[in-house]
Amino acid sequence: MLEIRGLDVWYGGIHAVKNIDMSIGRGEIVTLIGANGAGKSSTIRAVAGLVRDWKGSMTFTKPEGGQVSLAGCPPETMVRLGISLSPEGRRILPHLTTEENLTLGAFTRKDREEIAESMEHVYGLFPKLRERRNQKGGTLSGGEQQMLAVARALMSKPELLMLDEPSLGLAPILVAEVFDIIREINRQGRTILLVEQNAYAALKIAHKAYVLETGEIALSGTGAELLENPKVREAYLGG
Amino acid sequence: MGIKMSFDMFMQHFINAVGLGSLYGLIAIGYTMVYGILRLINFAHGDIFMLGAYFVFFATVSYKLPWAFGVLAAIAGATLCGLLVDRIAYRPLRNAPRISALISAIGVSFFIENLSVVVFSGMPRPVVQPPLLMKAFSIGGVRLVPLALLVPAISFALAAGLLWLIYRTRSGLAMRSISHDIETTRLMGVSVDRIIALTFALGSALAAVAGIMWALRYPRVEPFMGIIPGFKAFIAAVFGGIGSIPGAMLGGLSLGFVEIMSIAFFPKLSGYRDAFAFILLILILLVKPTGLMGEKLEDKI
Ligand SMILES: Nc1ncnc2c1ncn2[C@@H]1O[C@H](COP(=O)(O)OP(=O)(O)OP(=O)(O)O)[C@@H](O)[C@H]1O
Ligand SMILES: [Mg+2]
Repeated sequence: MLEIRGLDVWYGGIHAVKNIDMSIGRGEIVTLIGANGAGKSSTIRAVAGLVRDWKGSMTFTKPEGGQVSLAGCPPETMVRLGISLSPEGRRILPHLTTEENLTLGAFTRKDREEIAESMEHVYGLFPKLRERRNQKGGTLSGGEQQMLAVARALMSKPELLMLDEPSLGLAPILVAEVFDIIREINRQGRTILLVEQNAYAALKIAHKAYVLETGEIALSGTGAELLENPKVREAYLGG
Repeated sequence: MGIKMSFDMFMQHFINAVGLGSLYGLIAIGYTMVYGILRLINFAHGDIFMLGAYFVFFATVSYKLPWAFGVLAAIAGATLCGLLVDRIAYRPLRNAPRISALISAIGVSFFIENLSVVVFSGMPRPVVQPPLLMKAFSIGGVRLVPLALLVPAISFALAAGLLWLIYRTRSGLAMRSISHDIETTRLMGVSVDRIIALTFALGSALAAVAGIMWALRYPRVEPFMGIIPGFKAFIAAVFGGIGSIPGAMLGGLSLGFVEIMSIAFFPKLSGYRDAFAFILLILILLVKPTGLMGEKLEDKI
């Protein structure tokens, strides 16, 4: 559903992503792993329309067929096309309530009843959020904020859900829960592009994986293949 | 030097203060909304107020349109000008350093004022007040004209309507979100430029209404009439807590009261009328720099 060819990203003189190719098929969980500063966020942010200075081609295939080039599209166009991002660092709006954060996630949708249905759906996935629905985002715990960030990205009913380090800073038990939920969301039919530092957990649930090193794709394969790959084991899985 | 005052006299001044204060508040709302979202002091805001007054003057005095129609036309015209200011002077600088937009704001303000001198002439012109609004009547011993009650009633109603819009609609939610985190708001699919334009439109419409009511209260228009009220309204916005809409209204009312009451009780101070705003500004900056209803400063700046 998303074909990335020869993607380069620059920040002024910094060449953060160098000529990478990626291919994400409908219904897959694809993960992008790599060390700090490898260019994972830059890649995913380019897809979300947040990066101004990029080159290459990104082609999105709409569910009803028909291909769209993502060149020059602002984030709001991406959301309308069905691409949504839960950004690194959660970026919850602290002065808005849980429910307002979720409502904002559904901004591109019109039908109130359908939005209410989606709200029920994410409350089903994250029951904690229902308890916290009228609480200000800034007063939620780190784990709850992460849940909210994922839930909020789901509220646009995306075809492609992109998650930038959803397990960052979470206690191990919560990490396991987040990965379970990602798998559940995928089972419900959403394609997922998962950026992670927690390579082991990400590779275990991924159909396909790419390893990014200093802006270049160093390795790619199925999740299972990379879990067995000695280089990956040494560099990312602690031997 | 203070004077003794009857209750009726006091009520007279009280109503006067509420009227003036609510006008300051109405203008202050525009400053506070734009600042809350863009961290920009929209210096042209006072000029939009002036344009609103001029447009109603032309509509009703020059073109003899019925008042209701003239008022609507003036609001629409001034709103359009506010949108143009954003589009031409601010939007191209959205990613530039904040100081650039500030300089642009000062520039566009001078531009509007001087263009107005050229187009409208610098001569003050008298506004004809609709007789219906000026028909005096008494409540107890207080003599009033309907305009004196209409001004605060309209101002408060508009402020309440705006609060409803901001806290109960999707666009309002997007505004509150932008004021905190533009990038994340864009990720939610919000067209940020559209919401910013809406903010300018709302602020400009309120400024136009204030300008129209100002022109009715002090029945004349001139190209620089927006400078002092605009400046005072900005101070009112700071006093009330910049970024806060109830704060803007409260700041405007506070300033209205300080100005009217100090002169009422100490008539000798009337020459210093325009200085009270600055005294309020200095006081609030010393005592509570975030303003009466302001949030934590690090969130806002
Ligand atoms: N806004 C920016 N301005 C300048 N340089 C940037 C910017 N954002 C990222 N970079 C640089 O681009 C490179 C890639 O950063 P990126 O955030 O994509 O890495 P990452 O793989 O997501 O890292 P992490 O795991 O730490 O989140 C880094 O060298 C970083 O310093
Ligand atoms: Mg990152």
